[in-house]
Amino acid sequence: MDLHFGDSKPTDEEREAVDALLGPPGSAWEAPFGDSTVRSEADLRWARGGRAARERRDLLLPGLHAVNDRVGWISDGALDYLCRRLTVPPAEAYGVATFYSMFSVKPRPATVLHVCTDVVCAAAGSAELCAAVEGRLGLGSGVSVERSPCLGLCERAPAALVVRAGSGAGAGADAPHEPGAEKPYATAVIAPATPEATVLAASAPEAAEPEPPASLAVPQAGQPGLTLLRRIGVVDPASLDDYRSHGGYAALRRAFTLGPAGVIREVTDAGLVGRGGAAFPTGVKWKATASQPDRPHYLVCNADESEPGTFKDRVLMEGDPYSLIEAMTIAGYAVGAHKGYLYLRGEYPRALRLLSNAIGQARARGLLGDDVLGQGYAFDIEIRRGAGAYICGEETALFNSIEGYRGEPRSKPPFPVEKGLFGKPTAENNVETLVNVLPILTMGAEAYAAIGTEKSTGPKLFCVSGSVERPGIYELPFGATLGELLDLAGKPGNLRAVLLGGAAGGFVRADEMDIPLTFEGTRAAGTTLGSGVVLAVDDTVPLPRILLRIAEFFRDESCGQCVPCRVGTVRQEEALHRIAERTGAAAAGDIALLREVGRAMRDASICGLGQTAWNAVESAIDRLGAYE
Amino acid sequence: MTAIPLGVPRRLVEFTLDGQEARVPEGSTILDACRAAGKDIPTLCEGDTLTPKNACRVCVVEVEGARTLAPACSRKAEAGMEVRTDTERARHSRKVVLELLASSVNLSTTPRAAEWIKEYEAKPDRFGPDAARVDEEPRVDNDLYVRDYDKCILCYKCVDACGDQWQNTFAISVVGRGFDARIAVEHDAPLTDSACVYCGNCIEVCPTGALSFKSEFDMRAAGTWNEAEQTETTTVCAYCGVGCNLTLHVQDNEIVKVTSPHDNPVTHGNLCIKGRFGYQHVQNRD
Ligand SMILES: Cc1cc2nc3c(=O)[nH]c(=O)nc-3n(C[C@H](O)[C@H](O)[C@H](O)COP(=O)(O)O)c2cc1C
Ligand code: SF4
Ligand code: SF4
Ligand code: SF4
Ligand code: FES
Ligand code: FES
Repeated sequence: MDLHFGDSKPTDEEREAVDALLGPPGSAWEAPFGDSTVRSEADLRWARGGRAARERRDLLLPGLHAVNDRVGWISDGALDYLCRRLTVPPAEAYGVATFYSMFSVKPRPATVLHVCTDVVCAAAGSAELCAAVEGRLGLGSGVSVERSPCLGLCERAPAALVVRAGSGAGAGADAPHEPGAEKPYATAVIAPATPEATVLAASAPEAAEPEPPASLAVPQAGQPGLTLLRRIGVVDPASLDDYRSHGGYAALRRAFTLGPAGVIREVTDAGLVGRGGAAFPTGVKWKATASQPDRPHYLVCNADESEPGTFKDRVLMEGDPYSLIEAMTIAGYAVGAHKGYLYLRGEYPRALRLLSNAIGQARARGLLGDDVLGQGYAFDIEIRRGAGAYICGEETALFNSIEGYRGEPRSKPPFPVEKGLFGKPTAENNVETLVNVLPILTMGAEAYAAIGTEKSTGPKLFCVSGSVERPGIYELPFGATLGELLDLAGKPGNLRAVLLGGAAGGFVRADEMDIPLTFEGTRAAGTTLGSGVVLAVDDTVPLPRILLRIAEFFRDESCGQCVPCRVGTVRQEEALHRIAERTGAAAAGDIALLREVGRAMRDASICGLGQTAWNAVESAIDRLGAYE
Repeated sequence: MTAIPLGVPRRLVEFTLDGQEARVPEGSTILDACRAAGKDIPTLCEGDTLTPKNACRVCVVEVEGARTLAPACSRKAEAGMEVRTDTERARHSRKVVLELLASSVNLSTTPRAAEWIKEYEAKPDRFGPDAARVDEEPRVDNDLYVRDYDKCILCYKCVDACGDQWQNTFAISVVGRGFDARIAVEHDAPLTDSACVYCGNCIEVCPTGALSFKSEFDMRAAGTWNEAEQTETTTVCAYCGVGCNLTLHVQDNEIVKVTSPHDNPVTHGNLCIKGRFGYQHVQNRD
């Protein structure tokens, strides 16, 4: 490689932010442009960098975060300096920085207010919230107001998130204010958001009202009979001792007595299938990974959770973070991995804090590290923060994102179990999938498989939001009906439709309450369970507006790699705009157009985003008669 | 004499292609097999010297048992596969992809685009006059080549040619996301402020004319570009000892651009700035 870094310089602050992550430059070759202070005798005789530096390419995303967290945006000088340190071509790094919506390569205020304008929040008044907040903040407020896709706080809609750049940002904890320093990095979550509270939090995020505990998102919290949610609201999510006193780490002990093959057998016998949307059998995935001769193996936990209407993974991570750490350790042990990556969406500051704490504690107590539980098994977990890109939840896009490339899906085959993260065999699982491994090991495969139905075993989490009395996360055994779930959550009298499975899922009618909530039952009903979204829509919300918002979401979130999705999502949104106010014959032409484009998107797109981007709209037309 | 690298003999894979038995060496793509069988599948992002990114999706075919269509240019033929290249389903996707492309960018200098649009009965106009277009002005910021992203289909070929597949300069990448994604250099700067070394290998691979010689761009603007009247002469570059092959495109006794044969086993169509752009000295008439 013949790299060219230009002559832009980082500011002291930007340089400090990068050095805090990577350490000081090792030689003059890594130093910022024009900086001769670190030049040593040896530097004049040979150039280092090359391979060793290139192997750190995966630090590009953390590096971009470091600068963005500190300054609020990424300047040419900062980007070039980061590139010099990592031997990454600036053009590629620029391509990466511009891929994520939480980064900016143009100057902007240090404080960014993300206001969710997605389906649930829109129905709860996010447009009015935005207008009111912008009105109050006025010009020159030093706050950049940005409209955001679902923030994963749908049970408390409308939602907003403040991120204020400043010093002391780092692996999770909001560092204490250094005396004399400028404002420190701070985040605040406001949900439900009133204009007053939002403006207040935007001007002083460090002083914002604390968030309610995660258990408030679990209406069943504390009830007997829960499996996945049983510790939420019961344990202190910050305390390892409390976790252990509530049964924590019993599953890992059992795993060590079973051995890796034994764990995989239990998970297979339990019939566990993935909860991330694709419903792939977990045992099959683990076995395929474990049996690959190529080394090392990796475990990746997909905690990107950006499907609109989905917030179960957040609640699990915030309410019971150690369970995920324990489950990842077991999964890593089963597939023969010594390193696990936890890819967490960038918009979850509290989950980041709690998980960082949990990992630190587990490491300090020998539950992670060189010799887990004294069993001679080495395993550690690293958190990687996403930076605002739904597509990074797609398994191969997630690998690219961790590796420091644009979060574009790879074409399959080869599949991740063969060539995944860093080109090595990788098992990637959703948070909820992993957490299910704990009850499988503690109660045994047979008892676990007895829950639910024959083909959909175990307990399932549902993210209920929209027009219901008690929105939140519900746990039910597979096989309960949609009606039963909605009765628990307080079904409105004027229910019009339910969006099942999120934006990539489909609508069902209010008279289809008998649909059994299982993979096979929803499939038989011509719909999908997806990521467990149950979004209730009453007859006061105009359906065309919801469909437009869904189309806008896919257009915004398409990675842009393949034509059917890159252009198709734009044409879909345009057609929906044209027919927003029309029905019947006036809409027929555009509906035919939508069908043709939708069919090609489903058939010819590279990944699930383009393949499913037309599902919800199609179901609204066919099942709900949206434009009749 | 050109040396043809033989390599290790490869096993043959047997599968069915449109109902016919097909046998191709292991590792061949479905497209390789189609071409060997004389079938014409449209392709845009595929190129003979690069690993295709399979991003355009115009070459999709139906593989029995698969949920979605497969890109013929990248999917390897597997034993026992049943592939259909000309089904209604595959043709529908190709048609829509051509419509989506032609309605958003300018395909006027893309070879064969017009022919395929006709063959597949694609109607790019049906998205209406307000359909979003890429709408970019040509970037003329140096004397050697012009970037006209209004013609860019984001095939990633220039990125790969500048990056790890050939030039190893990494001056070009895709920036932004979705419909706003564009090809750009670092910080979206002018080419002259970038890492570009003007080897022109990106122009060599660009399938749409989005990247072109300044000479060609100017002649097209003046209406004097006439490919039918051009002659092509392949010769050897005289600048250095590498000895790359140059193909001189000559119109009215003037060299109007320089390409390089892709089947040359040493250079595969790559040149450096001297061979690609340094031709004025042979026609200096001062
Ligand atoms: C566009 C797209 C977005 C996705 N987002 C997520 C996500 O946020 N979280 C998740 O767990 N899976 C997501 N998935 C599914 C993953 O690709 C993958 O199937 C899953 O993480 C595998 O884990 P599982 O087997 O435990 O379900 C997404 C898939 C697509 C196509
Ligand atoms: S379907 Fe969409 S998101 Fe997926 S690769 Fe293609 S452009 Fe990217
Ligand atoms: S400029 Fe040409 S080679 Fe590059 S992506 Fe666009 S069409 Fe492809
Ligand atoms: S094109 Fe460049 S490398 Fe090739 S022979 Fe000419 S001067 Fe040498
Ligand atoms: S947080 Fe706004 S829709 Fe989910
Ligand atoms: S030529 Fe195959 S996808 Fe573009």
